[in-house]
Order: sequence, then C-alpha cells, then structure tokens
Amino acid sequence: MDNKSRIKIYEVDTEVISNNYISNDYKHLVLRAPSRALDIVPGQFFHLQCPTFEGSISFLRRPMSVYQFSKKEKQIEFLYKLHGKGTRAISNLKKNNIFNIVGPLGKGFVIEENYKNIVLIARGVGLATLAPLGNLAFEKGINLTVICSARSKEHLMSIDLFNSLSNKVITVTDNDGSSSMFNLELLINNLMSSQSVDAFFTCGSNRILKLLKKVCGLNNIPGQIALEQQMACGIGMCFCCVRPFEIGDKIIQKRVCNEGPVFRISEALPW
Amino acid sequence: MVDLKTNIGDIILKNPIMPASGTFSEDLASVFDIDLLGAHVAKTITAEIRSGNATPRVSESGYNMLNSIGIPSKGIEDFKKNILPIYKEYNTPFIASVSAPSADGFAYICDKISVPGVDAIEINISCPNIEDDGKAFAMRPNSTFKVIEKVRSITNIPIWAKLTPNTGETIEVAKAAQDAGANALVVANTILAMQIDIKTYKPSLGNIMGGLSGPGLKPIVLRMVYQCSKVVDIPIIGCGGISNFEDVIEFILAGSSAVQVGTATFINPNVMLSILSGIKDYCEENKVSKISDLIGLVDDKNTPDTVALMEIDI
Ligand SMILES: Cc1cc2nc3c(=O)[nH]c(=O)nc-3n(C[C@H](O)[C@H](O)[C@H](O)COP(=O)(O)OP(=O)(O)OC[C@H]3O[C@@H](n4cnc5c(N)ncnc54)[C@H](O)[C@@H]3O)c2cc1C
Ligand SMILES: Cc1cc2nc3c(=O)[nH]c(=O)nc-3n(C[C@H](O)[C@H](O)[C@H](O)COP(=O)(O)O)c2cc1C
Ligand code: FES
Repeated sequence: MDNKSRIKIYEVDTEVISNNYISNDYKHLVLRAPSRALDIVPGQFFHLQCPTFEGSISFLRRPMSVYQFSKKEKQIEFLYKLHGKGTRAISNLKKNNIFNIVGPLGKGFVIEENYKNIVLIARGVGLATLAPLGNLAFEKGINLTVICSARSKEHLMSIDLFNSLSNKVITVTDNDGSSSMFNLELLINNLMSSQSVDAFFTCGSNRILKLLKKVCGLNNIPGQIALEQQMACGIGMCFCCVRPFEIGDKIIQKRVCNEGPVFRISEALPW
Repeated sequence: MVDLKTNIGDIILKNPIMPASGTFSEDLASVFDIDLLGAHVAKTITAEIRSGNATPRVSESGYNMLNSIGIPSKGIEDFKKNILPIYKEYNTPFIASVSAPSADGFAYICDKISVPGVDAIEINISCPNIEDDGKAFAMRPNSTFKVIEKVRSITNIPIWAKLTPNTGETIEVAKAAQDAGANALVVANTILAMQIDIKTYKPSLGNIMGGLSGPGLKPIVLRMVYQCSKVVDIPIIGCGGISNFEDVIEFILAGSSAVQVGTATFINPNVMLSILSGIKDYCEENKVSKISDLIGLVDDKNTPDTVALMEIDI
C-alpha cells in the first residue's frame, strides 16, 4: 500500500454524553468525539481504553463495533453487553467523563454497486454491529430486510432503529421457538421465493453462520460476516487476533483486526 | 536544539526510540509518520513457514500482558518480496529479526537476508515460545556464543543479539555475545510466565506458557542493562516495559544507547511520539545538549561492586 494514502487511525479523548442501560445486561454509550475520527465505514470498530474500576485494571483495550455515528453532531455510539471486568468498568462511566478511544479500525462491510435487496440477520448484540449498515443501506435506497433474533421479546434490541430504516423487520425468539435454525431457514427460503436477495450480512452467531454458509452456497448469493477475536494492538501488529479461513482448498490465518473484522461468509469457518 | 542522535556501532540513529520486534508493523503508519522513529524493527521471521501458536494468544495481568504469539512466519522469500520493499520507502534504518532452531539455521537465514535495505539483523535467541518448555539459546553463554559466532562468520551486516531475562547468567551471556562478534545487545525479551483462569481451571493462553511484557518487566530489564553495561563495550539497546520518557532516561542512565518500545504501543499507539517529545523537553530543562552524553551516567559510586554485580538465583 502507498504509505501516503493510508487511512488514518486516531487516538482521541472523547466525552461521555450518556451511558444508559437498555436492558438488564446491555448498555448504550454515547460519546462526543472529534469529527476527524468519525469517517467511519459500517462494520468498523474502535479500541476502547477501560477506566480502572474498584481497583480492577483492564490493561488491554477492548474492541467494540460502532453502533451509530454522526460527523455533524460529533457523536459516536456503542451498544455493549456487560461481559467481564472491562465492559463492567466501561459501564461505570458517567456523563462528562473523559474516555480514550482508538479508531476507526479494520475493514467494514462492502455494499456493491449492484446490490438492490439485502438481508441483515443477527442475534443479540450482533445487531449493534449491523445497525450502521442499516443506516447506509437506507440512505442508498436499498431494499432492506432485517431479521432480529434473541432469547426473548425483552432481549430484542434496536428494533425501533431498524423499523425506521425498513418496513420488513422480522423478529424471532427462543421463547416461542421461532428462532430455531429450522424456522430461520424456512423464513429465509420463503423470503427468497417472494423477492430477490443480492447479499446477506450477519455478525456473531455460529449457528447463523452455519445456516448462511449453506443458504449462500446453495443459492450462489454472496454474504459478509463480522467476526470477533481477542485483540491486543487492534491495528495489525501483534498477530494475536488470527482466525482460520478457508480460501480455495487452503486454510489461511487472517487477522480479525486488520483483514477483518468483516469477512466473506464463504471463507469464514464456524467455531 | 537538543541532539537526540545516538550510534549503534556504525549505524547512526536520528533518535534513540525504536519499536520492539513483534509489536510493530507498517500498519502503525496509519497512526503517525513512522519516519520519525530512530529505527524500524521487523517481526522475527524463520526460514521455515510457521503458523504460530493456538489462540488465545494474549492475556492481561495487572499492568502487564502475556503473549504466546509464537513466530508465525511466511519465510524468507515473502520477507524479501513483501516486507523489505515497504521499509525502503523510509529514511530510517531497518532492522530484520530472525530465529532458527540451530546455530546453522541462524547462519542460513542471516546469509539469505544480508541484502541491501537490511541495516542490521537482530538475532532473536531469546524467544521463549519457539523451543520446548521455553528454552532459548540466550539462557546459556555456550549456546549464545555458538549462534553468534556462526552468524558472524557468514555476514558482514551488523548483528544485534537479543538476550533473555530467563537466565541466571546475564553477565556471562552478554560477554559471550560480545566475544562471538555481536555489534550490539538488545536487552531484553519477555519473561516466561503463565496464568490460570480460576473459573475454568484452564491456562489463559492456548500455549499454556507465554512471555510477560509491560511495565512489570521494566525494573528487571533495567537491572540487566546495568549489569551488561559493566561488562561489555558494545552498545546496549534497552527493551522492557518502557511506557514514557522517564523510563527511557532511566534506561539511558543505566547504560542503554537506545531503547525499544513494545507493549506500550498497544495501549497508546502514539506513545513513541509522546516519548520523543518528552525526552526532548527533559534534555532542554536539564541542560543536556546531547542525549548520548547521558549514556551510563548512573551514579553508583557508593555501591560496592559485589552488590552491583550480584546475580540473582533463579
Ligand atoms: C471487532 C469487534 C467488535 C465487537 N463489538 C462489540 C459490540 O458492539 N458490543 C459488544 O457488546 N461486544 C462487542 N465485541 C465483544 C467485546 O469486545 C467483548 O465483549 C469485550 O472485549 C469483553 O471484555 P471484558 O473485559 O468485559 O470481558 P473479559 O472476558 O474479562 O475479557 C478478557 C479479555 O478477553 C477479550 N474478550 C472477551 N470476549 C471477547 C470477544 N467476544 N471478542 C473479542 N475479545 C473478547 C477482552 O477484550 C479481554 O482482552 C466486539 C469484539 C470485536 C473483536
Ligand atoms: C505480542 C508480542 C509479540 C512479540 N514478538 C516478538 C518477536 O517476534 N521477536 C522478538 O524478538 N520479540 C518479540 N516480542 C518481545 C518484544 O520485542 C519485547 O522484547 C518485549 O515485549 C518487552 O518489551 P515491552 O515490555 O516494551 O513490550 C513480542 C512481544 C509481544 C508483546
Ligand atoms: S490485535 Fe494485534 S494484530 Fe490484530
């Protein structure tokens, strides 16, 4: 790559605007950030520096997908699950706190010129990663179908956001059994018999990846998936974030932070 | 104007700050102009193609991290074709780093990469992951001597021996490296370490053991730099836990001619730039006109030699 034309990565101090619970174990963090750091492609992520919290240190930064952003408003948002000590420390951030973030990082989703109908399908917090892609598709006038899966109705997230971008938001839950892979496959097949689908986009769930590998393979439709792996540097230097991919008949290790986090569904391997 | 130049043998560095092997790539150019650095140090490569260790490859422990990346390597040809040309675009000395399973293996790879564009070769005889149970050549003076002597006989390019903290024979190993013809010492690599998840009872690294880096390593490596500087004449490059300009000044006072920064860049990708401006300010405030004047100035005159040279039992 020509070194002068490299995409810039910024390390910036942001200011917490709000950090509210949206359910028992999910929070929504809104930050005021310098606009230079906000040239973001949907699917890209930032590396967040966790504050020290009650003596517990989270030394490494934590990777988090951009949920929403606005260069005009100088705002960036994250939707996160309270998982371990790092996300708990982040959950303790209060209005006006200073919070250091690095990004935008990685390669985001690609909407090809010829895409007219796309399907986003994800489970739980995976929807956070797909949300900005929904915004972009809406702006581009692309016909959007969103399938949201969760444990129960209460765990469904971002439904209002997706409803504002698409009139085809389908929700499925474990509680009523509608989220079973059998049912999802049926649902996708029905969709494909009533309209054309140019690409699938997903994030996070192993079972959905397996299903989409099958569906995309059988119907010869491209798909993209955002993957996760533990990170240290976040910018491609340390090789701790590798995952295996099938490229032709070879298994190749790629860095999630640098070659990803968005990969082709045909190359991604279930875990 | 403060003169930040420092010499590592015949190589003149515009300043003493360079990245540590394995914690740097051209990707950092997305964050700042890497031509501002004193040198560029590549990730260690091997002649054979290797895939590296199982994940998880990192974990954190206090203000430190453990890694068991291993040496994923695409081999010599890939290095010459895809890595070397990137760094030729910069006006900064480029240091390759190599590892091998034997002295002959080291000589083989050093011969192959003694090409224009490589200003020095770091001999990574200290990586704790590549051999069984973390044993490394730099743990003993004999094996250190053999590797460096063999490499010296095959290349005219400056060679830097990268030592390990996993030894009770720091002084002997440093002398062996110098006697065998090393042009500089890099002190040091990571400390062999491990960690266990008390919920799952599993080691937190896929490889079970890995190398500890970060601020906890600093005083240990600083001690090694101090010990080495007492017994060798070749320049020393300090490396371990450096996170700010104060750490750098400390390492220079202990006897380093330059330093390498690793883990700190993961936490703050701009840290090497802040360190550079920090040492400039320090020199101005303290009327130091040349940073190289500070090398080895630690005031240890009231310390008996026996204590200064004492080796800890490991
Ligand atoms: C590109 C990317 C985007 C992500 N986007 C989101 C998001 O939008 N919302 C959200 O809730 N989560 C997201 N995650 C997952 C999030 O990074 C982890 O939940 C978080 O790092 C957990 O940290 P912790 O300290 O709470 O957990 P701990 O388990 O205490 O963390 C220990 C270590 O493991 C790492 N780790 C643990 N789980 C994961 C994981 N799933 N992925 C990567 N590293 C992990 C941590 O970063 C830390 O280094 C994303 C991960 C990646 C790689
Ligand atoms: C992720 C990671 C990868 C590393 N890879 C290498 C390597 O390939 N070769 C090497 O000589 N040292 C390697 N090291 C060691 C560093 O170069 C350095 O010696 C060590 O991390 C101590 O410095 P620090 O505390 O500033 O990180 C690696 C360290 C880390 C954290
Ligand atoms: S996190 Fe360092 S290479 Fe991906």
